[in-house]
Parts: sequence; C-alpha cells; structure tokens
Amino acid sequence: MSTFLEDVNEKIGGVPIQACYHCRKCTAGCPLAFAMEYNPNKVIKMIQMGMKDKVLNSSTIWLCASCETCVTRCPNNVDIARMMDVLRETAIEEKIEPKEKNIRKFHEAFLASIKSGGRINEPMMIVNYKLKSGDYFSDMAMGMNMFMKGKIKLFSPRTKDMKSVRQIFKSTSK
Amino acid sequence: MKVSYYPGCSLHATGKEYDLSVKAVSKALDIELQEVDDWSCCGASSAHMTNYKLSVALPARNIIAAEKDKKDVMVPCAACFNRFKMAQHHMREDEVLKKEVEDMVGGTFSDSVAIRNPIDILYNDVGIDTLSGKVKKKLTGLKPVAYYGCLLLRPPEVCEFENYENPYMLDKIMAGLGAEPRNWSCKTDCCGGSLTLGKTEVVVRLVDKLMTMAREAGANCLVTACPVCFANLDTRASENVRLPAFYFTEIIALALGLEGPDSWFKIHNVDPRPLLKSLSLL
Ligand code: SF4
Ligand code: SF4
Repeated sequence: MSTFLEDVNEKIGGVPIQACYHCRKCTAGCPLAFAMEYNPNKVIKMIQMGMKDKVLNSSTIWLCASCETCVTRCPNNVDIARMMDVLRETAIEEKIEPKEKNIRKFHEAFLASIKSGGRINEPMMIVNYKLKSGDYFSDMAMGMNMFMKGKIKLFSPRTKDMKSVRQIFKSTSK
Repeated sequence: MKVSYYPGCSLHATGKEYDLSVKAVSKALDIELQEVDDWSCCGASSAHMTNYKLSVALPARNIIAAEKDKKDVMVPCAACFNRFKMAQHHMREDEVLKKEVEDMVGGTFSDSVAIRNPIDILYNDVGIDTLSGKVKKKLTGLKPVAYYGCLLLRPPEVCEFENYENPYMLDKIMAGLGAEPRNWSCKTDCCGGSLTLGKTEVVVRLVDKLMTMAREAGANCLVTACPVCFANLDTRASENVRLPAFYFTEIIALALGLEGPDSWFKIHNVDPRPLLKSLSLL
C-alpha cells in the first residue's frame, strides 16, 4: 500500500514535496496564511508525517486562493499551489465534509452552471449558491444593484453545442 | 491586425464594461476581433480547484475551436488567460493527458495559436508611441496604480507574460496616455479571487489592504485587466478606504476620446465620475 506522501506526489506529477527544506518563503508570501489553520509549508510536513485526516479536514486546503505566489518563489520548485488542488480533489473523492463548506458550495454552483448552459449565468449561479449555502441575505442589495444597472441579465446566450460540453463533464466525473 | 477573441463569461455579465471597452479600443487601433466560434466557459478556479482533468478539457475545447482560425487569441480576462495558458502547458507536457482530452473534446490540439492578453498586444504590437499619438485628451491628474494581480503573471513559465515580480507594461501604457502612474509594492498581490462569495471577510481584508497601500502611494484610482480583481476592488472595499477602479481599456478609451466611457462608468459600483469631473476629464 502506498503512503499518503507517495499518493500526493504522484498526483502532483512534478517535484516531490520532500524537496522542501522549510525556508518558509512560501508561507511568508502567502496572502491567505493569516486565515489558514496550518501554514502552507506545515502542510508539507504533515503529509510527510502521514497526517492525512488532519490535512484533508483542514480549512487550509479550501482557503488557498491559487494565487501561485508560493510555487513562483520556492527555491526548490515545490508546487504548493498544485498540491492544494490535489488535496482538495482528494478530499472530495473521499467524501470529506469540508471545513469551509461555503467555498466548496460555491465551486459546485459554478460548475453546475457551466454544465447546464456551457457558460456561467451569473444570477442563476449566485441563486444556486445561495440555495446550497443557505446564505440568503448577504450581498442581496449588491446583486439587485447590478441587476438594475443592467450588468447581469436573467437570460444570457448559451453555448450551442451543449453535447460536447456535457461530454467533457461526463468523461471527467468521478 | 486580426485576432480571435475569447470574451469569456465575466465579460458578458459583471465585466460588461471590459468587453465594451476592449471592443471600442480595438476598433480605434485597427485590431479586428473575431469571436471564437460557440465558445464555452474556461472552468475558472472552480474547475482546477476540484477536478484537474476538467480544468484542462474546458479551456482545451475553446483553444481547439480557435485553432481553426489560425490567429492569435485575445483573452482579456486574466482568469481565462491563465486557464488557457495552463491547459496548453499541461497538454504540451503530458502526451497521455493530451490524447485523453482530445478524445473528450473531439478535436486535435495542434498547439498552433498564441494566447494573449490585450495588455501584451497593445504594448508589443500596437506600441506606446502609436497609442500616445492617438490621444485626444491627456489624462493629466489621473494617478492610477497598476494592479496586475496573480493570474496574468503566475506561474511565470506558464504565463510567459512579463517581469513577474515587478511588471511594467500597464504602467507604461498609463503613462503613454498622459496619466501619472504611481509606483507601489502591491502590483502582483492577490485580491482573494473567487473566495469572494464563500469567504467574503477574507476578501474584504485583502482588498482593504490594497486600497490602503494605493492611497499611501498617492494614487487616486486603480487600474486592472482582471474582472475578478475588478469586481472585488469595486464591491468589496470598505467605504473609508475605497478608491474607484477601472479596466485599463476604459481609461484608454477615455484618453482616445472614444464613445462609451460615460455609460460604462455609470455601471461601476464605486462611481468614478466625480473624480474624473474634478480633473476635467469628463
Ligand atoms: S518555499 Fe519551498 S522550500 Fe521553502 S518552505 Fe516553502 S515549499 Fe519549502
Ligand atoms: S497558491 Fe495558495 S498556498 Fe500558495 S501562496 Fe497562494 S494562497 Fe498561499
């Protein structure tokens, strides 16, 4: 049986994360580190130590904004941004209830919108997100404001060849 | 010059003024835009954050469609630009993945077109001199900070954009219009991107920091090329620190004396017209 470290490295498919020598340059430049449960370089150490549950259950993996600052600056080319993608994807596959539920729900609503129309219909996507998250009231005034200014429309053109879009979702679904 | 044009979803909704201003500026600079046939969403952050293959296949469908026209592809949205470049990169690096994606999409990826942001096209193909030569109204008194954000620049070997820690193209474009761009240290900082709905308070904190730093640098507005950044700057900053934000193409259109800017500024959340009026630019 493979270890958690081996699994993560295989999915990253690049520099193995144990190339990290914990200089913490990634963490120093990470714009979201202040809000994260574990700092980016700490996640590497935790993976090496086999702390799979803690890592996949942490808020860190959902709070990463994929700004790619970490990998851009890492002296060892450790791709933390990709590692975070891998950890999120693994958490979803293993049906782990995310600590940041609304972030996950936003992604679901976003992808559902592409799946149904090929393009994002922003009002529909936001309504869908609000229904999923139960967060009905925040941003309502702003949404109305944008609607009144004609920025967002209830109906926008869709992709015509929806068959090909659905095929992509079908082939990549888990 | 003729290019393929991929507007993407934001430019048809919350980033409407970006679409309109890109079109107006392109026309004025003799850049002919041909929309990518029957395009679909690039998947943005939500796809790559949750499903790697989906995140390559969604942009690939559009890249393959654009390859038929054999022209550079103009992608104004920084988020779409990043996903397109990433998809090209992954398909170049991974033959097996490329085949798999081609089967899903039903076409061949020939890696034959360049994905380009309009900043790059205006700076490198049109050129600052030509642009300056067309200025009807010098933007004297406008002191923008150029905010590049994450997605045009990182990772640098994928984006192939420009100096990734201290980019300058947008600053030079602004200066070429007679504006007085301010130097600042947050050019490439993150605004929190798509966390804006799922974790709003974090985005407010990041955006407030950007606004505070922009003020400290002596700026009176921010200029961006990303609809995600724009939406966050325009709607998430606290009232005591906020400054108006612009898409860079809106500012160009204003300087070139084109039709439209006034109607675009009207749909901003933070109204930039009082600032522009005080500088006699509107
Ligand atoms: S910057 Fe690279 S080497 Fe340094 S702590 Fe982060 S991942 Fe490790
Ligand atoms: S990509 Fe994620 S982990 Fe890396 S610096 Fe950005 S927010 Fe932090």
